[in-house]
Amino acid sequence: MFGISFIAPVFQLIILGYAATFDVSDIPMAVCDFDNSPSSRMLIQNFTSTEYFRVAGYFDRTSEVDHQLDDGHASLAVIIPRGFEKKIGAGQPAPLQVIADGTETSTAGIGLSYASIIISRYSQNILLESLVKRGSVTLPARVSAEFRVWYNPELKSRNFMVPGVLGLLLMVMTMLLTSLAIVKEKELGTLEQLVVTPIKPYQLIIGKLAPFFLIGVVDVILVVFFASWIFNLPVKGGELLLLFLSLIFLMTTLGLGLFISTISRTQQQAMMTAIFFFMLPMMFFSGFVFPIENMPVIIQYVSYLIPLRYYFVIVRGLFLKGVGLDILWQQAVALLLFGGLILSMSVMRFQKKLG
Amino acid sequence: MVLNILPIVRKEFRQIKRDKRILSVLLFVPALMLLMFGYALNFDVKHTSMAVYDEDRTSVSRAFIEQFFISEYFDKVQTLESKSDINTLLDGEHARVVLVIPSTFTADIQRGRNAAVQVIVDGTNSNAAATVLGYVNAIIQQYSVKVMTESLVRMGRQTISMPVDYQPRVWYNPELKSAKFLVPGLIAFILMVTAVISTALAIVRERELGTMEQLMVSPVKPVELILGKTIPYTVISSLATVAILFLGYVLFDVSIKGSILLLSLVTFIFLVGSLGMGILISTVVETQQLAFMIAVIVSMLPTFILSGFVFPIRNMPMIIQGITYIMPARYFLVALRAIILKGAGLSAFWDQAAILLVYAVLMIGISSLRMRKILT
Repeated sequence: MFGISFIAPVFQLIILGYAATFDVSDIPMAVCDFDNSPSSRMLIQNFTSTEYFRVAGYFDRTSEVDHQLDDGHASLAVIIPRGFEKKIGAGQPAPLQVIADGTETSTAGIGLSYASIIISRYSQNILLESLVKRGSVTLPARVSAEFRVWYNPELKSRNFMVPGVLGLLLMVMTMLLTSLAIVKEKELGTLEQLVVTPIKPYQLIIGKLAPFFLIGVVDVILVVFFASWIFNLPVKGGELLLLFLSLIFLMTTLGLGLFISTISRTQQQAMMTAIFFFMLPMMFFSGFVFPIENMPVIIQYVSYLIPLRYYFVIVRGLFLKGVGLDILWQQAVALLLFGGLILSMSVMRFQKKLG
Repeated sequence: MVLNILPIVRKEFRQIKRDKRILSVLLFVPALMLLMFGYALNFDVKHTSMAVYDEDRTSVSRAFIEQFFISEYFDKVQTLESKSDINTLLDGEHARVVLVIPSTFTADIQRGRNAAVQVIVDGTNSNAAATVLGYVNAIIQQYSVKVMTESLVRMGRQTISMPVDYQPRVWYNPELKSAKFLVPGLIAFILMVTAVISTALAIVRERELGTMEQLMVSPVKPVELILGKTIPYTVISSLATVAILFLGYVLFDVSIKGSILLLSLVTFIFLVGSLGMGILISTVVETQQLAFMIAVIVSMLPTFILSGFVFPIRNMPMIIQGITYIMPARYFLVALRAIILKGAGLSAFWDQAAILLVYAVLMIGISSLRMRKILT
């Protein structure tokens, strides 16, 4: 048990940091070039010169392209019909087909939007070139964009996920393990023995919660250390502030752990309750992976009741944006209110159950 | 043999039935998760909050800005008065994107130059940010084409159409609905959780409470004990699978395009392997707490993260991609998606099915051997 409390954080960091990635690059693309002209080859080269696409293979028949998509060997297919270059030369619109495998929605969406940008740019370039060729001195007006990405310039999933691990970890390590430890005593009947000893209820609670509180603190320190060491993600907003706000969040998780122990008889029950009725909904509706802005409005309001939501804003603000309490004070106050409420109610319920 | 198995099955069922909460977890959580994934959790990026800083303030720049807000992708939150407001706006998450239009915008367009605007995006959520960048880019490109044709007309040319007529098509899931992508994954996830975790816990509980010794002195053979313990969870997992498929069809229009027989066969193979893994865990550890921890680490977490359920495997670093090859859920998911979404036959995923078969045989074999050792 002791080992797991300290190995788990590192394990989760590495898995979530490296594996939980949405970064889209090297989308395998099947190419069916019926035209095989300089223009069509140029277009394909425009695709492959970006980091987003790589050619999975060239094919002569559309049926082969179908197979590639069916088998999942390609996620995108570009089909250039015969007469592509001829039509462009004649100033007629040249049809071009792009097929995306929609089963992986996120890859398909991003892939198609990159494809449309590449094609649109290619199209505009051809137009400009033909104008120059025809001897036009003045060029038509255009609009272009210069993009700046703040806080996470390389758009790495890792930078989004790693700070989030803290929230996940504290829930598992403090909420789940606390409830299990208490229910275990119940299941084995040793809780009754403790009740008849002169130990007061509050002493029992403090004694049971203190070790997990300490584990939580150590886990925060471990994550901060490994995040900056392995993933090059220092806490820009200050390590002490993060630790302080994490302590406030621990009130919530410890309180919930205590609460789950009062409503469970067996360890199996406690685990199932903790995971399915608390951890999963809290994780999913707090913005850990799925953005809250995309949820239905009602659920967005529900998410305000989940303390983890505020904690995620805090950790991401501190790790990525480097903001301070002046921006995060509302989140901190919300955490404090929820934590105080949950912890004190759970303690009351636990004492009542004991007495 | 059947005579010996039945009482164990009955006892396990009674235990599950008595524990209402476990039963509800096993039966209703799959439905709940499906609802969550279908309605609430998705990667579709719409209504992104956007702020505008317009230094130009002409009818041309306003028409350009308008392009963003007629789509459902962007919601206007604020019109900024000074450039320094951008910082506080993005820091406090009041806006995710800021569009900056320089004072030369209209003049550039009128003089036939390239008018460059600036777009600042909050990259914290990299996936959402990448999608937003794509939308912004598409809108600007479209506008640019419009400006270009108008300017060509002004230069005295006839209207010109764009050289390439681009026809995008999406197969298998034309509306790009996340639910279709997630239903097969959810089946794998639920099966893993119910089969591996419940089985492991059910057996370890007997060891922890000391009732295993009682079973040992009874005339029950190891095989019979294993079958008796796993049959109830096989039944429950199968019910959960049917429930997910049914709800997926009713609520999200996810119909099974391929053969149902094939689907059942592949699911059964995967289920047997997962039950075997659950038994294997139970023979290695002695407390429920530890059994649970290990079950989560080897089944739940990898199924969620390393199987391609939510995160595409192709995007992972090579070493992690290597690790995913030892995750049975990975092969199951490929087969499931092929059958359910693409309607593909066995020829498209026979290799995946073969690996699943090997996994099932291995798991049952090793766990039976270990179980025999413990019981004797």
